[in-house]
Amino acid sequence: MAHTTAPPAFPMERDARCPFDPPSALLDLQQSAPITRVRIWNGSEPWLVTRHEDIRAVLSHPAISSDTDNPDFPHQSAAIQARRKRAKSFFTSDGPVEHDEPRRVLARDFTAKRMQALREHIQTITDKLLDDMLAGPKPVDLVEAFALPVPSLMICELLGVPYSAQDSFHSLTKAFVDRASTPEDTVAATDQLLELLSGLLDKKVTEPADDLLSRLAQEQLKPGIRSLDELAKMALLLLTAGHETSANMIALGTAALLTHPDQLEKVRSTDDPALIASTVEELLRYLTVVHSGLRRVAGEDIQIGGRLIRKGEGIICPIDTANWDASAFETDATLPADDLDVTRPARHHLAFGFGVHQCLGQQLARVELQVVFSTLFRRIPTLALAEPLGDIHFKHDMSIYGAHSLLVTW
Amino acid sequence: MKIHIDEAKCVGGGQCVVAAPEVFDQRDEDGVAFLLMENPGSELHASVQEAALLCPAVAIAVAER
Ligand code: HEM
Ligand code: SF4
Repeated sequence: MAHTTAPPAFPMERDARCPFDPPSALLDLQQSAPITRVRIWNGSEPWLVTRHEDIRAVLSHPAISSDTDNPDFPHQSAAIQARRKRAKSFFTSDGPVEHDEPRRVLARDFTAKRMQALREHIQTITDKLLDDMLAGPKPVDLVEAFALPVPSLMICELLGVPYSAQDSFHSLTKAFVDRASTPEDTVAATDQLLELLSGLLDKKVTEPADDLLSRLAQEQLKPGIRSLDELAKMALLLLTAGHETSANMIALGTAALLTHPDQLEKVRSTDDPALIASTVEELLRYLTVVHSGLRRVAGEDIQIGGRLIRKGEGIICPIDTANWDASAFETDATLPADDLDVTRPARHHLAFGFGVHQCLGQQLARVELQVVFSTLFRRIPTLALAEPLGDIHFKHDMSIYGAHSLLVTW
Repeated sequence: MKIHIDEAKCVGGGQCVVAAPEVFDQRDEDGVAFLLMENPGSELHASVQEAALLCPAVAIAVAER
C-alpha cells in the first residue's frame, strides 16, 4: 500500500480546557492506530506505541535499548540530548555492567521496607511545612510552600546535600525540565551541579556522615571502585529524578482532588491506609506527570503487538496515554478509565515506567505521597483553590507535567 | 504454589514487597528480592500472582501445583 499521508507530529498538545487529560489526539490514536509512525523535532520518524499492553511489552523486552548515545535514539529535544550526553549514567545505558550493577549500588537505600521506615520522618517534615503555611498569609502558592519542599528536603537529606546548597540546586534543575532551554543552558547547569556534587563526595571521603553520598564516598570512591565523575552523575540522577516528579504529583494531585469533590470527601474522611494507598496509585495513573513519552530504540528486530519493529528504529511510549487505556483500567463499566476514582485497583499503572529502568525511587515517592494526601486535607479541611481551574498555569511547556504555581486558600 | 525469583534479572524496585510483604523482602546489601517463605498458603496466592504481574523485570515465576 502506498504511503500517502505524512505521519502526525509528536508531541501533541493537551486541550487547555481539560488540564488533567492526555492529548485527545493520542487517545484517538490508541483506538485507531495503536502502533504508528510519528514525526519528531529532528525530522526522524520513530514508532509511537500507545496501548498499555504494548508499552509493557516494549519496556520489558530484552532487546530494547535506553542508550542515549545510539545515533537512532529518539531524543525529546536537542537540549535534552546534550544534557543526557553530559550526564550519562545507568539511567541512559543498557546491560549488566552499565545499568544493573550501578543501579544495585543505589538500590539498597530505596528498598520498600527502608522507605516505610522513613514514614514518621516524612510526617514530621509535612506537619512542619503545613504549620508554617497555616501561620502565614493566604492565599499562598502551594508549590513553593509545600509541594516542592517535601520531596526536596527528603532527597537532600538522604543524599547529604546541605540545606545551604539547595537553592542553587533548585534553580539549576529548572533548566532541565524547561522545554525552552537551549543545549548550552542544560549543559551549563549540568556542569555546575556535577561540580557541586563532586565537591561533596570528595569531602565525604575524609569527613563521612550518615548519608548516601558518604556511603558512596567510603565504599566506592575511596577504594577506587567507581570514579568521582561516575558517582557524581549517579548522585545527580537521584537529585533531579527525585524532586520535580514528586513535587508535581503533590501539586497536581491536590488540584485534581479539589476539583473532584466526591473523591476528595472519601480521602478527607478516611483513616484507612489501604484507601490512601489506592488514592496515590490512582492519582499516579490519572495524572502521569512523566508526560513526554518514554524513549527507546530497538537493539534487534522485535515483534510488538503483531508488528515488526526493526533494529535501529526509535520507539516512543506515552505512559500517560497507556494509563488511560480502557482495556487495562476499565475493569467495570461503571469505572471509565478517564474518571478519577480513588477506589480503583490501579497498581498496574505505568506512571513509574516498566522494565529494568522502572523508577528506583518509587517506594520513596509512594510514602511521600501517602503522607501528604493523608495529612493535607485532614489538617486543612477547608482547603480550596484560590483561582479558577482555567487560570492555573499548567506545565504544558515542561517535560514533566504539573502546575507552575497553585494558589490555595482555606 | 512454587515461586522462583531470578536474582540476576531483579532490579530491586520493591514492587513485589509492596504487593505481598508476607512473601517477599529485599536484601540489605543490594535491594535484590528474596523469599520469606517457600510455600505461601492459599490466602496469599492472589497477592503473589499480583507481585509476578507487577514485577517490571519479569523476574518472578509462579507455578501452581
Ligand atoms: C511521583 C514521583 C516519580 C515519578 C512519577 C517517577 C517516574 C519515573 C519514570 C517514569 C522512570 C522511568 C523512565 C524510563 O524508563 O525512561 C523513572 C526512573 C527513575 N527514577 Fe523516578 N519517578 C518519581 C520519583 C523518583 C524519586 C523520588 C527518585 C529518587 C530517589 C527517583 C529516581 C529514579 C531513578 C534513579 C530512575 C532511573 C532508573 C533506571 O534507569 O534504572 N524517582 N522514574
Ligand atoms: S518486583 Fe521484581 S524486580 Fe522488583 S524487587 Fe521484586 S523481584 Fe525484583
